[in-house]
Amino acid sequence: MIRLLSTFVVLALSFPAFAGDWPQFRGPNSGGVAADATIPAKLKIEWSAPLPGRGLSSPIIVGEKVFLTCSSGPRQERLHLICFNAADGAKLWDRQLQATGRTMSHPKTAVAACTPCSDGEHVFALWSSNDLAAFDLEGNLLWVRGLTADYPNASNSLGMASSPIVVGQTVVAMIENDSESYSLGVDANTGRNLWKLDRPKAANWTSPVSWRAGASSTPVVVLQSSKGLLGVDASTGSQLWDYTEGASTMSSSVVADGVIYAPSNGITAISPQSNNAPPVQLWRSKQINPATISPIVLGGRLLSINGAGVIATADIKTGDNQWKLRLAGPFSGSPVGAGSRMIAVNEKGLVQVVDLAGAEGTVAGQFQLPLNGESKELVLCTPALNGHHVFVRADSALWCLGEE
Amino acid sequence: MKTPLAIFLLATSLAVRASVDDSLKALVTVGREGQGNEAASIAWKELVKSGPPALPALLGAAGKGSPVADNWLRLAGDTIVANALVARQPLPIAEVEAFLKETTHLSAGRQLAFDLLQQADRTRADAIEPSLIRDPVQELRRGAVQRLINSVKTEDAAASKATYLEALDAVRDEDQTKFLADTLRKIGVPVDLPRHFGFLTKWNVLGPFDNTDRKGFDTVFPPEKEIRLDAAYEGKGKTVKWQPFESTDEYGKLDFNKPLGMAKEVTAYAVTTFESPTEREAELRLGGKNAWKVWLNGEFLFGRDEYHRGQQMDQYKLKCKLRKGTNTVLVKCCQNEQKEDWTVEWEFQLRVCDPAGTAILATANSPK
Repeated sequence: MIRLLSTFVVLALSFPAFAGDWPQFRGPNSGGVAADATIPAKLKIEWSAPLPGRGLSSPIIVGEKVFLTCSSGPRQERLHLICFNAADGAKLWDRQLQATGRTMSHPKTAVAACTPCSDGEHVFALWSSNDLAAFDLEGNLLWVRGLTADYPNASNSLGMASSPIVVGQTVVAMIENDSESYSLGVDANTGRNLWKLDRPKAANWTSPVSWRAGASSTPVVVLQSSKGLLGVDASTGSQLWDYTEGASTMSSSVVADGVIYAPSNGITAISPQSNNAPPVQLWRSKQINPATISPIVLGGRLLSINGAGVIATADIKTGDNQWKLRLAGPFSGSPVGAGSRMIAVNEKGLVQVVDLAGAEGTVAGQFQLPLNGESKELVLCTPALNGHHVFVRADSALWCLGEE
Repeated sequence: MKTPLAIFLLATSLAVRASVDDSLKALVTVGREGQGNEAASIAWKELVKSGPPALPALLGAAGKGSPVADNWLRLAGDTIVANALVARQPLPIAEVEAFLKETTHLSAGRQLAFDLLQQADRTRADAIEPSLIRDPVQELRRGAVQRLINSVKTEDAAASKATYLEALDAVRDEDQTKFLADTLRKIGVPVDLPRHFGFLTKWNVLGPFDNTDRKGFDTVFPPEKEIRLDAAYEGKGKTVKWQPFESTDEYGKLDFNKPLGMAKEVTAYAVTTFESPTEREAELRLGGKNAWKVWLNGEFLFGRDEYHRGQQMDQYKLKCKLRKGTNTVLVKCCQNEQKEDWTVEWEFQLRVCDPAGTAILATANSPK
């Protein structure tokens, strides 16, 4: 009985967000896949909401609300967390704070680069300035931190972009850079440090993911860097296992059915061990180069978009290469999927729906977002899925796309 | 009956004020790494519950703690105003405006006052903004300068010259300054940008020293122990001596590649003196894409070991105190091993200014 109860508690703490929510960067469990969503082949704009500032962070969806970060002002020093009604795009609230860390970044990126995350009751927002704040869903502040104020050399003059995740009661933020480089586990309720790990002194834009040995197991945080992957206990920061064969500092790993598909020497499928022994390599495909884009796993295959805009696919059991399909690029955001469709939005705002049901992928539909030509804005974010809708943003607007 | 009611109201008012004060104290005293967050979280809710009457005291608390504490206050003010607008509650606009106008108040509070005013009453904020053109807060000047620039409706150079010169006198931000300098130069008006910004341009430079494997950043070479301009030291592969070098760059960039030759995995130093007529608070503002360290009068201010991620003016703001008389500024600048075209730069720019970005000009700036 106690064991059953503890299993329930672990599950409840790990996945408290509602079913159908898109609670973080790349959605449920950072997989880029929504189990209960559908992607229409033909799209239209259901609503659009103007935005007060720049950003390439993704929207997240919790219940009936959409949350999005922006950065405004001459130096993007004004940080916004905005809540919209998912049904009609009405702005419900806009909380603003002042950057306490550096706001310099490459002109293409922005201070609102990191996607917020939610445990279903709170939203945790991080910006490139390393300001980290927690709000309830009504916009009431729970706590706020200034991580560059705490650790003054933690910044990247090109801009930070790693998105936090919340695992149980721990918010995990990777503040990894060339100088004061660390990852942090923060108490979701208080904002106080639970643990802080020194990390490789190298710029790193990847986001953490969580992995678990089994349904009732304690989730493990996976921190990716140029050195490889490190498995960490979410609540204590204890280092559990280490994969040391190097990994991307831009494209993030994806976890499916207990296997980590890491952007490492192409793509490497890794199986961590429940006893914390060194992870086992299942397969490696050097033919797949995810470049800056994070892969997804959908319908028994891994899908990855390379720097030329070509989708490469591989069988997730064997790593055997399957079909390829060239999309119109270039891409900065990663693809997402649901059912037998995948969606990818290129920098020019062309939304491309790929049908995966056949022997080979085909483009099932396209839709051009009405970007602001005067500002030459780009779409750099990864879309979010909820129900029959796709949410995507640029600097000027957040769009909700539905079936035409 | 009237006296007990008055006493009750006074007591209630005092209790509310005490509650607001307690809440503000909890927010202002949040410390590093989230210390005090638990109390602050409770206090924040209490403060927001107090509503618009808490705003004047909230503004007065801003700037008394850390920048993170200011964000607790800013978010409380933001939420109070947002809630009041939804509930159609009156806001203390006149008090917020009065707080903004009093320049002896701390800059964090005044900046927040203007932001809340914009949120609560855009028309009032628009009416006040032009008066902020000489404001001691750099962020508050910007809008007023832009309004002045936008007020030029004529192509007539002579007519617009006076307005642009007025704007140049007030402007502190780089992008607006560049626009004004370019515009004025087109109509034949010279603009001295190094003087406008307060860049230090006359230096003595020394190097190269070794920076193989980026170890030079933490290696203590002789200038970190002594400044003797007539000394000779064993550098990287040769004996090195101080040599004068003056930057002619508009933005004060000191390019070590020019006096020392293009090299990789090297470290160099630049030193200068700055005569200040008074002892005063100041900022050294540095921009650079190489690893660097800065000392003022032998005191280490800050250092950063990041290479080739980008450079911009005022990238780093180092608060410091100038002494009356001669001040010595020492900069260490490291070049790494990267070979790409975009890693050639081995330079920095440094200026002396007040918190508003107004140049503090030395009575003399010389290598020695």
